[in-house]
Amino acid sequence: MLTALLVMGGIALVLGVILGWASVRFRAEGDPIVDQIDAILPQTQCGQCGYPGCRPYAEAIAKGEADINRCPPGGDEGVRRLAELLGREYKPLEQEEAAAKPKSVAVIDETRCIGCTLCIQACPVDAIVGAAKQMHTVIDAQCTGCELCVAPCPVDCITMEPIPESLETWKWPKPTGSSERKTTETV
Amino acid sequence: MRWFSWLTSSAANTLVDPVSGRKLYPIDGGIAFADYHKQETADIPIRNVAMPSHYIVPLRVNPRFTARPIVDIGARVRKGEKIGESEGKFGVAVHAPTSGVIRDLGQYPMTHVSGLPALAYFIEPDGKDEAIEPTPYRGACDDTDRIRDFLQQMGLAGLGGAAFPSHAKVASSPVKTLIINGAECEPWITCDDRLMREHASEIVAGACDLAAAIHAQEILIGIEDNKPQAIAAMQAAAANHGTVTVVAIPTIYPAGGEKQLIERLTGIEVPYGHLSAEFGVLVFNVGTARAVHRALTYGEPLLERVVTLTGAADNPGNRWVRIGHPIAELIPEMAPKPEVDRYLLGGPMTGFAIPDLDAPILKGSNCIIAASPALFPPPPPEQPCIRCGACAPVCPARLEPMELYWFARAQQFGKAQEFHLFDCIECGCCAYVCPAHIPLVDYYRYAKSEIWEREREKSKAQQSKARFEFRNYRLEREKAEKAARAAAKAAETKRRLEAQAQESHAEATASGTNDRDGAASPSAPDANDAAARKKALVEAALARARAKRAAEATEPSGENRE
Amino acid sequence: MITAPYWRAPVSVTRVMGWVLLALIPAIVLHVIFFGPVLLAQLLLASVAAVAVEALLLWVRRRPVVSAITDLSALVTAWLLVLALPATVPWWLTLLGIVIAIGVAKQLYGGIGQNPFNPAMVAFAALIVSFPAELSRWPLPTTPVAWQWASFLGTPNVDALASATVLDTLRTAVHSGQAVSELLGRSPVFGTLSGAGYEWIAVAFLAGGLLLWLRGIIPGRLPFAFLLTLGVLSTLAWLVAPERFAPPWVHLFAYSTMLAAFFIITDPVSGVVTPRGQWVFAAGAALLVFLIRHFGQFPDGVAFAVLLMNLAAPWIEMKTQPRVFGEDHP
Repeated sequence: MLTALLVMGGIALVLGVILGWASVRFRAEGDPIVDQIDAILPQTQCGQCGYPGCRPYAEAIAKGEADINRCPPGGDEGVRRLAELLGREYKPLEQEEAAAKPKSVAVIDETRCIGCTLCIQACPVDAIVGAAKQMHTVIDAQCTGCELCVAPCPVDCITMEPIPESLETWKWPKPTGSSERKTTETV
Repeated sequence: MRWFSWLTSSAANTLVDPVSGRKLYPIDGGIAFADYHKQETADIPIRNVAMPSHYIVPLRVNPRFTARPIVDIGARVRKGEKIGESEGKFGVAVHAPTSGVIRDLGQYPMTHVSGLPALAYFIEPDGKDEAIEPTPYRGACDDTDRIRDFLQQMGLAGLGGAAFPSHAKVASSPVKTLIINGAECEPWITCDDRLMREHASEIVAGACDLAAAIHAQEILIGIEDNKPQAIAAMQAAAANHGTVTVVAIPTIYPAGGEKQLIERLTGIEVPYGHLSAEFGVLVFNVGTARAVHRALTYGEPLLERVVTLTGAADNPGNRWVRIGHPIAELIPEMAPKPEVDRYLLGGPMTGFAIPDLDAPILKGSNCIIAASPALFPPPPPEQPCIRCGACAPVCPARLEPMELYWFARAQQFGKAQEFHLFDCIECGCCAYVCPAHIPLVDYYRYAKSEIWEREREKSKAQQSKARFEFRNYRLEREKAEKAARAAAKAAETKRRLEAQAQESHAEATASGTNDRDGAASPSAPDANDAAARKKALVEAALARARAKRAAEATEPSGENRE
Repeated sequence: MITAPYWRAPVSVTRVMGWVLLALIPAIVLHVIFFGPVLLAQLLLASVAAVAVEALLLWVRRRPVVSAITDLSALVTAWLLVLALPATVPWWLTLLGIVIAIGVAKQLYGGIGQNPFNPAMVAFAALIVSFPAELSRWPLPTTPVAWQWASFLGTPNVDALASATVLDTLRTAVHSGQAVSELLGRSPVFGTLSGAGYEWIAVAFLAGGLLLWLRGIIPGRLPFAFLLTLGVLSTLAWLVAPERFAPPWVHLFAYSTMLAAFFIITDPVSGVVTPRGQWVFAAGAALLVFLIRHFGQFPDGVAFAVLLMNLAAPWIEMKTQPRVFGEDHP
């Protein structure tokens, strides 16, 4: 009896040491977790999560200070991917209505712009060009649709325009699938 | 009826073409249809069509390139006049199909499965069909670069269906074999068949021109053996050309796919992501070869092509149609039967139902099928996959279609790529034989476009991130610079004050503290002043803006936004 | 949006399953001729039960019932299970088998296309573990029909009227020290080639299987590799030790061999799709069948062999992916 216990205990000890050594020796050298989170975030830099940009939000998630469901531009899929990466429970987005918004870009009504530069200062990705007292304009290709320029405009000349579907961005729809599949989705 | 052969790969061993005596190589998969429905149109000569009320000439030439418009609205153009400038590697020039007036330059529905619009000219013909003075090619016949530029200016694009810019294939890399694709493997379509029967010598001449341009040593013209008249015509035309061999290949869909034809004739498998030129082979469609000949010899830009009009129609046949001809004005030509419920562009295996008939004929539009429920019954409902494996042996790319379907459906796009999703040529053979009636190709197209979208988004996110980080850096730097300037200014002021203090030291020693207060206070009125000035400016600007708006409301809105 | 291809071959799951059922008819007819009509009662019971269980579970799982029933896959499972069992097993045993096959092995795994194991073989394995005696009583051509009916209804009076299969008889005899040559032809269970009566039904399975192959419903390489491997193994063993191993013809024309070769290992859902993988799968199944028949404790090895290969199927498939077009030029 005693021998058996000793043998088992000995085996457990040896295996434990091997496991511990292996975990140190063969540790997976991946990206630090903040980088991995940051890679999932859409980089709109909109601050809707309550942090000044995607990176600070990623850092807050990594520290466990912020929830994973605070990024409306990342959408439902973004939350799912974060949940998968971090092994956390999936949660629906905090701002439900925000999630449904189509992808948009800011458009400045150039006839009304007074050249106050407030929007230029607000843009997190320098996608607005112009100078003081000169008309401003948004570079569509670089606008992330964060809406941060809309509020500062004193003459309300900035609107968010949904990006129209073009032949370049058009996607094949997901096949509706068998009737079986449809029922699964409603269950 | 045996609907798939498990032994395709092993049974199709060494073949020899009885026409040319050439060795043929086995290709994988594919389907031999019981009825190709080519007899409806194959024996009717190509005819011309009436001039339409207008042409929609798109500037979008292919998915990678849209030409730059160079003619203003209201301008008069003549047939063959360049109206769109090619730019970049994959661009080709766009030409006016007839003489007339440019009425508009705007977004018009495109001949695309989505029906989305693209930039196009709206041309109203004047009926005179006046052409510009042609400028044939005058350079050396083996001057690859000059010929490439010439073809680009002549708007040459593949007439087989994909409309790949022809000049982009004519590179100076060494090419041994030039293949002219006359296989036309898809059911219903006969435009290449007719062209070969009626214009064989021009096709051979174009093939020789191309071979000279790319320094190819041999020319192989591959034609499926269900087109004996076309083979005979091409052989007769090629009789005097030693380097040209007409090869009859077994009829099996998709033997006319570029990769399949190369494999059949040379045994070379061109992997995904590689150009056939890397393996010493180039492929041009028969129609493209003829268009090259017409362009080089007669200076004719690519203005028209043969289009098969077929299906449930009383007057089917092939027609010469100019690029930009609205499909809606072409359909009456074939006198469709009343039961027709939609029109397909292309064949039944790879074509699509045209969402908007106002869309024009493009360079790659080879066939319009008037589809009726009797000819093309609606698909039976999709059932679960039973992994029967019927899809695998028919796949010409030796993929595992059921695995791809599985991953695409589960949105495991990474796994789908691991199983070579992008090697799929979307020929539709797997969906054709699937006993569970799963629209397999739809799943692959869906997965592919999702992957492309993700890649676009990823690259945009990376750009945004870089720009954000640079902005943060810039703000930091500006802040530091500002602080440095402020510090320098403060130091300057302090020095001046000290100097003043020294100067006035003799006069008033008791007011020193007041002076120091005064040094700080001027900024306050200054700031107030600035704010007031700014406010005035804003108001002035607002007034100006209002006036401008009021003025513009009376004018028609112009093209002020790009 | 209806998309390309706008043409489809006139094929359907129903058609595939229908051909499988049709291919089983010759064997069923011969079975009735040799052993009487009890098999028909079993088939009827199993068919009704299979459809009922399938419909019930589909309804519980809120899946479309009609399209899943009309694909005939439940009938195929039911018929294969009945043919794998002795025709004279009590009715409740058949019923239990159907519940296991359709209810557990098929629907609990997600229905058609999702089951990792062959449903009929799961049921057979469960039954043979639970009721080895009932599953070892195979009727002989001489067994009176009245006794068969009694057995079917659950009240057999005399056991001796039914017997173990040929291979089972040989195995138990060899285990108890007898030589194969002493046994061959001495017992009423032996016919000319293999089991009395059953050998001809095996030939009928072969005929039905060839029909399926010619129709392109099953790949020929599966039964070919299976029979080839089993033939080679049994020939070698028999040549080396004729007193310990059954002759190859007894193996090949055993009832369960032909059933497995053409109807069991050819189940696509739980099998392997890649061509090279199918060779491995069938050969592996044959090896296991041979080993279990001679060295195992159960009357027959097909069910366990197939289930073990089902387990290995995903791995085999992964290791035998075909070379994609243009990949690694040879």
